[in-house]
Amino acid sequence: MSDETKVRRIVPIGPYHPLQEEPEFFKLVVEGETVVDLEINLGYNHRGHEFISPELTYDQVPFLVERICGICSNSHPLAAVLAIEDCAGIKPPPRANFIRTIIHELERIHSHLLWVGLAGHFIGYNTVWMWAWRYREHILQVFEMITGNRNHYAANKPGGVRWDIKPEHVPEIRAALDLVEKKTMMLTKAVLDDPVIRARLEGVGILTKEQAIAWSVVGPTARASGVDIDVRRDDPHCAYDQVPWNVIVLSEGDVFAKAKVRLLEIFESIKIIRGCLDKLPDGPIDMRIDEIPSGEGIGRTEAPRGEVFHYIRSDGTNRPIRHKIRAPSYMNIASNVVAVRGGSIADAALTLAAVDPCYCCTERMAAFEDGMLKYTGKDLLRLSWEKTEKIRERLK
Amino acid sequence: MSSSLQLLRERFPQIEVMEKNPRRLYIRIPREQLTATARFLHEERGMRLSICTGIDTREGFEVLYHFSEDSTGIIYTLKVLVPKDDPKVESLGSWFPAAQWIEREMHELLGIDFVGHPNLIPLLTSDTDWEPDRRPLRRDYERRNEAHER
Amino acid sequence: MKDLRLWGLKKSPWVYHVAAASCNNCDIEILELLTPRYDVERFGVVLVGSPRHADALLVTGVINRKSLPRVLEVYEQTPKPCLVIAIGTCACNNHIFRNSYNAVGPYDKHIPVHAYIPGCPPKPEAMILGIVKALSKL
Repeated sequence: MSDETKVRRIVPIGPYHPLQEEPEFFKLVVEGETVVDLEINLGYNHRGHEFISPELTYDQVPFLVERICGICSNSHPLAAVLAIEDCAGIKPPPRANFIRTIIHELERIHSHLLWVGLAGHFIGYNTVWMWAWRYREHILQVFEMITGNRNHYAANKPGGVRWDIKPEHVPEIRAALDLVEKKTMMLTKAVLDDPVIRARLEGVGILTKEQAIAWSVVGPTARASGVDIDVRRDDPHCAYDQVPWNVIVLSEGDVFAKAKVRLLEIFESIKIIRGCLDKLPDGPIDMRIDEIPSGEGIGRTEAPRGEVFHYIRSDGTNRPIRHKIRAPSYMNIASNVVAVRGGSIADAALTLAAVDPCYCCTERMAAFEDGMLKYTGKDLLRLSWEKTEKIRERLK
Repeated sequence: MSSSLQLLRERFPQIEVMEKNPRRLYIRIPREQLTATARFLHEERGMRLSICTGIDTREGFEVLYHFSEDSTGIIYTLKVLVPKDDPKVESLGSWFPAAQWIEREMHELLGIDFVGHPNLIPLLTSDTDWEPDRRPLRRDYERRNEAHER
Repeated sequence: MKDLRLWGLKKSPWVYHVAAASCNNCDIEILELLTPRYDVERFGVVLVGSPRHADALLVTGVINRKSLPRVLEVYEQTPKPCLVIAIGTCACNNHIFRNSYNAVGPYDKHIPVHAYIPGCPPKPEAMILGIVKALSKL
């Protein structure tokens, strides 16, 4: 290679991408094929939730925070009502706790399947994408049956839940779980045993345990790096301490470990839901709250991507005076800066996607520097697919 | 009482602890001791920074540092009061990368200065359509129906 | 020539998806359209990677100050005639974010919108219906 490739260049990724969701803007600084630095530019999705929340009453706040993210649209309301309940010092009735747990875990299953599908797409396995999303549909149907909406379930309210799980729902939930379990088993075997996928994902985008601690990452990103944290176990809420389940922790820290953690967590979620359905107590699903006293409260829960943190301060009126929201990707995306460093450009799209951010890469590319490198998000995908092809050829 | 709290009390006798419930501890500390306390919690007790919150109160800006101790499930919230006429706090971002983004955000939306932050530039707001001294999370920010301005 | 373009547009609309400060939900549901359950590709609807190839823009989310210039740029790059279909209540009327300091939407303030599909998020069936209705109006 000539010296020319040693020049540092900037590859902008974002903010719009043909496939994915939220706009985010990354600037990859590359030397030849190697990524040496990453600059993350946020704000394309900033809507000022923390500003709007004090204008709403406590009953309306869950509806607002539900609309932070459409994929984890149960985690934020759950954390918000936990914060409100922590502030008021109330405990919801046991049946509400179990229903919250069931809805929360169903959401984790659909979110993880969604990520597996997208990760498959990023490495050129569109079959994985179609499969995973097809089985995810069954979970969405369960949601529609219980709550009336495929996403944005409006399940939580301070003091309980809005939707009851009726006896006739239980067999349908179990049937959907059986199907998803069988198909996820198949998918897991197909993905984890595929030598091409292994070669493509192993050793890519490593986040070491020390880095994971320094960047305070959460959720599957941390658990794949050997940091044994899970808010569901460490700070028990809802019904998580009443059913048996395990925390999946792996130590490699690469993209393969992150994929594996997520796939294995689907089975744990299924276990939790089955345990909850077995033990589902009778009784009311919500309670009357007369007043939120002045004070402060913290609610946190384990979203599919990690810990969701809500802080609410009340002055005794029916509106919060400050509502702080921390989504898990806030910590996880920041850690991309160290995870992509030293990898190749072909791996960058995958590494950035591996923390399951509400992620987005690009389409339109502005020619930067001297305009010699012209990678768009599509080119990144193409590079990624080409690398998979090469590995596939080699392994034949 | 948890051992971390005992050690914290021994090390920093002037702290003021409010126990909301056994899992939620709020600890008021003097502004000068922030770095020492945070270093103690993160480096010696292995706590993770969940997030920081900036609040505009009547007394001044309150900056809350929520540290999570994952082995016990307790959240230690350090409270620092910053006077409005001198809104400066030591930055944790210089030695603790997890704090960098949130300090940028608080600087941007509340106007608190974090002394020693490596890169205190706006995080979320637009670089073209935003007046730099707009601080929407301050109490005196004029709440207008901005989206309907035409 | 224009008739020819319209014919091409109606026969097999290629869509480009613009998310400006949305919550992902409409965006995920748009992708859901491609996957086996709904599979809109059988109608010739293809999600393309560049606005330059697109016949229709599916726009979601409230627009915020930072993404507005990007949205306008995407619209500029789209060959005309093009359809703009606002998906979700946010894109139609700013929804719960109307009082936010950062929301500058909705879309029809900045670019012409041909169809509105409200819902939070609209069901995939509603999206298909909306696209079909918008096409049949051409």
